[in-house]
Amino acid sequence: MANPDAALRWQDRIEAVLVPAFALVVSLVIFGAFMAVLGKNPLDVYLFIYKGGFGSSFALRDALARAAPLILCALCVALPANAGLMIIGGEGALVLGGLAAAMAGHGLVLAPALVAQAAMLAIGMIVGGAWIMLAGALRQWRGVNETISSLLLTYIALALFNQLVEGLLRDPESLNKPSTPPVGDAHMLHAFGTLELHPGLAFGVMFALIAFILMRYTTIGFALRVVGGNPRAALLAGLSTTPLILFACGMGGAAAGLAGAIEVAAVHGSANASLNAGYGYTGILVSFLARHNALAIVPVAVLMGGISASGGMLQRRMDLPDATVLVLQGVVFLAVLASESLYGRFGKLWRGVRRAPSVAVNEATA
Amino acid sequence: MDHARSQSNRRDTLKRLAALGLVSAFGPLAGGPARAASKLVMGVIYVGPRDDYGYNQAQAQAAAAIKKNFPNVTVIEQEKVPETADVQRVMESMIEQDGASLIFATSFGYFDPHVLRMAEKYPNVRFAHCGGLWTAGKHPKNVGSYFGYIDECQYLNGVVAGYTSKTKKLGFIAAKPIPQVLRNINSFTMGARSVDPSITTQLIVTGDWSLPVKEAEATNTLVDQGADVLTCHVDSPKVIVEGAEKRGIYVCGYHVDQSALAPKGYLTGAEWNWITPYTTHVNDALAGKPLQNILRGGLKEGYVKTSPYGRAVVAAAKSKADAIKAQMVQGDFVIFQGPVKDNTGKIVIAAGTQQKQTDIALEQMNYLVEGVVGKV
Repeated sequence: MANPDAALRWQDRIEAVLVPAFALVVSLVIFGAFMAVLGKNPLDVYLFIYKGGFGSSFALRDALARAAPLILCALCVALPANAGLMIIGGEGALVLGGLAAAMAGHGLVLAPALVAQAAMLAIGMIVGGAWIMLAGALRQWRGVNETISSLLLTYIALALFNQLVEGLLRDPESLNKPSTPPVGDAHMLHAFGTLELHPGLAFGVMFALIAFILMRYTTIGFALRVVGGNPRAALLAGLSTTPLILFACGMGGAAAGLAGAIEVAAVHGSANASLNAGYGYTGILVSFLARHNALAIVPVAVLMGGISASGGMLQRRMDLPDATVLVLQGVVFLAVLASESLYGRFGKLWRGVRRAPSVAVNEATA
Repeated sequence: MDHARSQSNRRDTLKRLAALGLVSAFGPLAGGPARAASKLVMGVIYVGPRDDYGYNQAQAQAAAAIKKNFPNVTVIEQEKVPETADVQRVMESMIEQDGASLIFATSFGYFDPHVLRMAEKYPNVRFAHCGGLWTAGKHPKNVGSYFGYIDECQYLNGVVAGYTSKTKKLGFIAAKPIPQVLRNINSFTMGARSVDPSITTQLIVTGDWSLPVKEAEATNTLVDQGADVLTCHVDSPKVIVEGAEKRGIYVCGYHVDQSALAPKGYLTGAEWNWITPYTTHVNDALAGKPLQNILRGGLKEGYVKTSPYGRAVVAAAKSKADAIKAQMVQGDFVIFQGPVKDNTGKIVIAAGTQQKQTDIALEQMNYLVEGVVGKV
């Protein structure tokens, strides 16, 4: 406590946990009131959310399986966000990464399994990365807002995907559900461990860890954060912003592309319309809740996965519609966004120390 | 009310869980799935909302009927489940957490790999999948396919549309140019052209199963081009039926009865009657009989039905359609009867050849018949 900097850092860390937790509690109370208005006992609802999402090894496995693609899709938002870009086009990178992986897997059907699997994941990452880099390039060289362009690129990606899957790359055997040719059961990634965990989970956690270390402990990460914090200052400091921004977009896109490749390699076995399930969009929510912190994304994704897993229990046991969990997710999202204004204010309460809130936000986002 | 129900549900659940515990404790002693049971938990999984005025509602109607007709069957339902690993989790949690032993996986895309994987993992649970993909020797024995020959009803839609149309132009809004959909487009057109061979059907393909905005645009485009009777093959025909009514033209329904959405312009509709295969599967499960792997039928077997005629349908149309329907119910009517030409003039079914409902050639349909304006 002698060092005021250390004290401030601790205060930031405590806040980084307390503020989202507080937001979560507030949103649960609001959601509970909403349930009460609908004539359901909020305590029952909470109980079923807990049971259905986290309350048993089965439920936990369900939550983790749903979290796997969300982690990677959230990284597609978080990495560019650290460099000051708001990319919301992860879904496009996911489907194209998946498609590329499916074709690579089909092409390498005679190769050893490990080679085929590595190639599928690698090509998925390359294609996904290139796709999101496109949004970064449009911004750096053509001045197009990256939020809009990444969203619009998603529509182009989906159209391209559908055109290829239903046309040029279609397996003639897939009559009523147009798909690419199968990659073959022998080359698929399989669930692991006693909990039969989704293979994507390991990749997601690994990717998140790498991204966290990159952002926090490397010069590239530091440079990226400077670019994200103030691009002009970054230029003035002699940082070449364009390659850095393209790098952040490429990494983010690679995460989403990897999510698509894993969906193909672990779940579907070929690319088809089922790949377009909206993970890219839920990833945006997860990244915002985690305040674009790569490490925080993992528990937040598990929380979101658990909430959506519990949706089934709420439908089946309490006769609530599917949209119930969407309402909860929406309330959580709003509460977390609203709680942003609380950062840097607890210190005032505790010790009367006034701090510039912007510093706190930057530290916490890093 | 609701609260009381949830209370009793919880009690039931506790009882069920206790029962499940007993079953799993003594399970190894009691032999396998082929055993008569007095109670059954049945799970139904939908890809969209249960009240979509379309595909999912047709399935939900059957689930509701089971709930009503079988007091000893507990029906649990889950909607808007995507065709990803999610649906595997939902099936598992219905089995593990609710004790379901019969699962209706109602979306086509659930089959491979999701239903197949779960069926291997839970060999004592019965899986019924809508779509007709089960192949003997290739797929697990505890999986069954059910499907209906709804093209019969689309043919009847076409007959009624043929009598009603003044402009001789019909419109068809389709999701994807896959065999199942092409079969409906062709049957509808052939039905209409059996009334008047100068009739054409303008086809618009939207590209996906549920794209309400595109479907609304397609509806307006078709009306602007002069079509005065529409029908469709998309998951929820709601916006198309409503759009047609608003534009003052006629419409034939699909999946379920949509007459409430278009009281003036609704002519008739091609509806599923899933209660038939659902009842068969439930009865078999209760009696401990083996699962029937393939269940299919048309009007004759009661797998499909037509909506009651709307007020705009003229008497001649009713009597003609009823006569053909009577033949179909007898099993005497063949829709795909050669010679059939596609819309480029090529003969696709030779003169004298009959392709009956079970004909495998129909499942691989890749053409549009003469009279359809559009491309596959």
